[in-house]
Amino acid sequence: MKALYEQNQSDVNEAKSAGRGDLIPTIKFRHCSLLRNRRCTVAYLYDRLLRIRALRWEYGSVLPNTLRFHMSAEEMEWFNHYKKSLATYMRSLGGDEGLDITQDMKPPKSLYIEVRCLKDYGEFEVDDGTSVLLKKNSQHFLPRWKCEQLIRQGVLEHVLS
Amino acid sequence: MTEVLDLHGQDSDEGSEEVVLTPAELIERLEQAWMNEKFAPELLESKPEIVECVMEQLEHMEGNLRRAKSGDLKVSIHRMEMERIRYILSSYLRCRLMKIEKFFPHILEKEKMRPAGEPSILSPEEFVFVKEYMGHTETHLKNVALKHMPPNLQKVDLLRAVPKPDLDSYVFLRVKERQENILVEPEADEQRDYVIDLEEGSQHLIRYKTIAPLVASGAVQLI
Repeated sequence: MKALYEQNQSDVNEAKSAGRGDLIPTIKFRHCSLLRNRRCTVAYLYDRLLRIRALRWEYGSVLPNTLRFHMSAEEMEWFNHYKKSLATYMRSLGGDEGLDITQDMKPPKSLYIEVRCLKDYGEFEVDDGTSVLLKKNSQHFLPRWKCEQLIRQGVLEHVLS
Repeated sequence: MTEVLDLHGQDSDEGSEEVVLTPAELIERLEQAWMNEKFAPELLESKPEIVECVMEQLEHMEGNLRRAKSGDLKVSIHRMEMERIRYILSSYLRCRLMKIEKFFPHILEKEKMRPAGEPSILSPEEFVFVKEYMGHTETHLKNVALKHMPPNLQKVDLLRAVPKPDLDSYVFLRVKERQENILVEPEADEQRDYVIDLEEGSQHLIRYKTIAPLVASGAVQLI
């Protein structure tokens, strides 16, 4: 883009000083291609931002390491800012703690669901104090709202039978 | 479903001084706001009173449930109710947030141009969110790309770059109050404008732009 711009500049100066009107179409053409290049670059970057935003809604606050390597430093910074803005907004929603709107993505069908554990996770505490050991392939009957986060992370799997 | 709420003897004195809503009416309003927001192509007026009241209700119910130790069935049903209400509220707020992020330059512009008396389409928290979002996105684009470009191209007009909400999209609606003399503008040049009357209870498929003010006033319900 710089090369195009410099060529254009020199032509513009020449056109102005030497009165060479026939350079103007060339200048216009180069300007158009500069605009198009800028539009493509900005569109690409903006699309990446939209995908990163989708990641926050999909995976939660902490991104898996493989994804983090694909993002540049500025994109990480944007992601952190977005996370913070979203968290402030959710906290301000009402009551003392606010409402976590990244939960409850689908309408609830029942209170408790049957889940199967896909990976070793360790101890998991349920509301009334009992803790459950999540080992690979073990099945449990747990309250829905506790499991949603783990299902999205891939640790648990909803068993539909 | 909503009779169960009343049985529990909830405090129904939420909302402003003039209007006292029963919980059933509050949930119905929330559902209407939710459906309208889902099907409208642009961001609708913010309803902070409904959000606040519903949050209070949920807390109330949570408190009652924690104290009530009796039979499992009643507790389960109430919990289910709470989950459903929480889902509707979350979905409503998510829908608004998505529209805000999609159309952010236009929404900020609209806020700037808004005359002082008109109610805002953004709640104060949403306004803060949009401003931060816009700031961060602009900074990011500037730092990554625009900084390196020739000087006369370094500003990107986001108002032109980000697409506008499509107000000409068609929506289904049900008429709640009878409306007369709605002017329907022609879509193509050959047609001329004509005037229609909307009967109460009828359902229509119409361009959003024509009935936008009716949605805002509550005379029609999008379905």
